[in-house]
Amino acid sequence: MNKTQNKQIPTKEVQEKCKIKSYKNDIKTTPYVDYVLQISPKSPHVRNLVWAFLVGGIICSIGQIIIDLFVANGVETKQASVYASCILVALAACATGLGIYDKLGRFAGAGSTVPITGFSNAVVAPAIEFKSEGLIYGVSAKMFTIAGPVIVNGIFSSAVIAIIYLILGV
Amino acid sequence: MIWTNILKAFLMGGFICFLGQLLLNYTNITNGKILVFFLVLGAAFQAFGLYQPLIDFFGAGASVPISGFGCSLVNGAVEGVKQEGFFGGIKGGLEATAPGIATAIIFGYINAFLFRARTKKK
Amino acid sequence: MPKKIGRQTLCFDNAYIIEGFSIAGPKERDGNFGSYFDICLDDDKFGEKTFEKAECKMFKTAIDEILKKGQIHPDNIETVLGGDLLNQIISASFCMREYDASFIGLYNACGTFAESLLLGSALVDGGYKDNLICISGSHFSTAERQYRYPLELGVLRAPVSQWTATGVGASVVSSFKNRKICRVTKATAGRVIDFGVRDVNNMGAAMAPAACDTICQFFRDTKTTPDDYDKIFTGDLGRLGKKILKDLLREQEIDLDGKLEDCGDVLFKEEQQTNQGGSGAACSAILFNSFILDKFKKREYEKILLVGTGALLSSITSFQGESIPCIAHCLEISL
Repeated sequence: MNKTQNKQIPTKEVQEKCKIKSYKNDIKTTPYVDYVLQISPKSPHVRNLVWAFLVGGIICSIGQIIIDLFVANGVETKQASVYASCILVALAACATGLGIYDKLGRFAGAGSTVPITGFSNAVVAPAIEFKSEGLIYGVSAKMFTIAGPVIVNGIFSSAVIAIIYLILGV
Repeated sequence: MIWTNILKAFLMGGFICFLGQLLLNYTNITNGKILVFFLVLGAAFQAFGLYQPLIDFFGAGASVPISGFGCSLVNGAVEGVKQEGFFGGIKGGLEATAPGIATAIIFGYINAFLFRARTKKK
Repeated sequence: MPKKIGRQTLCFDNAYIIEGFSIAGPKERDGNFGSYFDICLDDDKFGEKTFEKAECKMFKTAIDEILKKGQIHPDNIETVLGGDLLNQIISASFCMREYDASFIGLYNACGTFAESLLLGSALVDGGYKDNLICISGSHFSTAERQYRYPLELGVLRAPVSQWTATGVGASVVSSFKNRKICRVTKATAGRVIDFGVRDVNNMGAAMAPAACDTICQFFRDTKTTPDDYDKIFTGDLGRLGKKILKDLLREQEIDLDGKLEDCGDVLFKEEQQTNQGGSGAACSAILFNSFILDKFKKREYEKILLVGTGALLSSITSFQGESIPCIAHCLEISL
């Protein structure tokens, strides 16, 4: 028995009575953690899923309306889709600034996170939050604390896929 | 015609977000990770040419979720490889998604000028 | 009376709490104890530019006002002990540059108030100091940004999560008996306990074993039982943590039914949507210095236990996949 483990056990007789064994560093789950998981209240799954579906669907519908408007005005579908994304990003950025988007996220969950608007929210939220540390080390440096991994992984994986295409000569 | 487009977008967009919420509900995944997960998923689908057909059919329903962003990254990179070879592949992804990223940065900056973080009531 | 009994418990003869002061934010005002707090803020920015400055100003206001309220001359306060939740306990230490009193900065996360009372009482009882201030507090918006996400990020709050309370509580501990509200008679300094909970939202479950360990040790050291106390207040376990603590103690054959109250649990109303209730260093500090001291003044309580609990994690350790070590300090407060 190592020292840390020893430390967590009050006395021998108490430990006999206590079903919960102390924690060892190499075990991911312990009887205590299992018990905690059991007793913890669960998220309201169905409600969350319904809200995510509705909000996600509505955001995409707005995107589709913008695309259709562009197409009706003679813009190519592919371009229209890019412009629509930009407009959604801009709208979400303003909604974040006005303090609306986080209220949406409180109940929509993935419905507001997964669309591109969620990416925009993840860029703008830390930018506003860290304004107090100045424009350089605050706004500019912290802008990509949450959304940065998206760009890093996206560019990296796209480059890898492109190079595989190049090697395979597809 | 317009209404069917919107309905398709609504259903597909809703479905992708539904999948995201399933992940959130049943795993301990955090917000940043879920964005990366869907982005890489979209990129992986498009690597086999599977995502673009979804965009063609469902429109914004597939292109607005972050997986659509991953798809256009791959599209751009592959396009670049076809036109310029190796260096085209390196720059293509960012080139294709530059409008979205630039908008986020520009509007992030503007909003940071205009607003301060608000405390929460709920 | 001996100065120490058992393994971890200290005994104090001359440590009196002569004044308490609490300042709380708007959400706490709307909670269950709004009328007890000395000052409630309408705006938790407190007229400052940043939330950190606001937290610092709350500390300063608490010290100024407690001196005024207790009619104590600033020169009589020799030392201030305390801390907050932020990195390098900036709020408490930055506020102290305005005062002549010496400062001992403490950090035990949400258990800081109990820690400061424990050490403060020891200093006073040992004759090293005559008057000192124990202070501790937290601010929702500064803690949220340091430990979790930026405020404007749209995320679902986990059902097990708690709400960091905004506020600062301060007590004057003195060796002068004639002005006492109550006295600190015994104190058990806790051990760091880690039962392997990794979920940073579920602090209540992480802290419950620490609270259980300290409470058991206290009863063992002092040879007392829960029946000797009017109430047992834990710091910020929240609803879930309180339930777990009851279960854990039942396994050790200690039954606290009807005696156990959790400051985090009772601080907010159910409809305020805090999920499991309040948390943060402010939680036990503001409740102790308003509601509990008030009960002592009215002589409705004779003897209580205050168990400050703290989760000693940082955002770095949670990213590195570490579990959450926790601590609890137990204080016996009597009339």
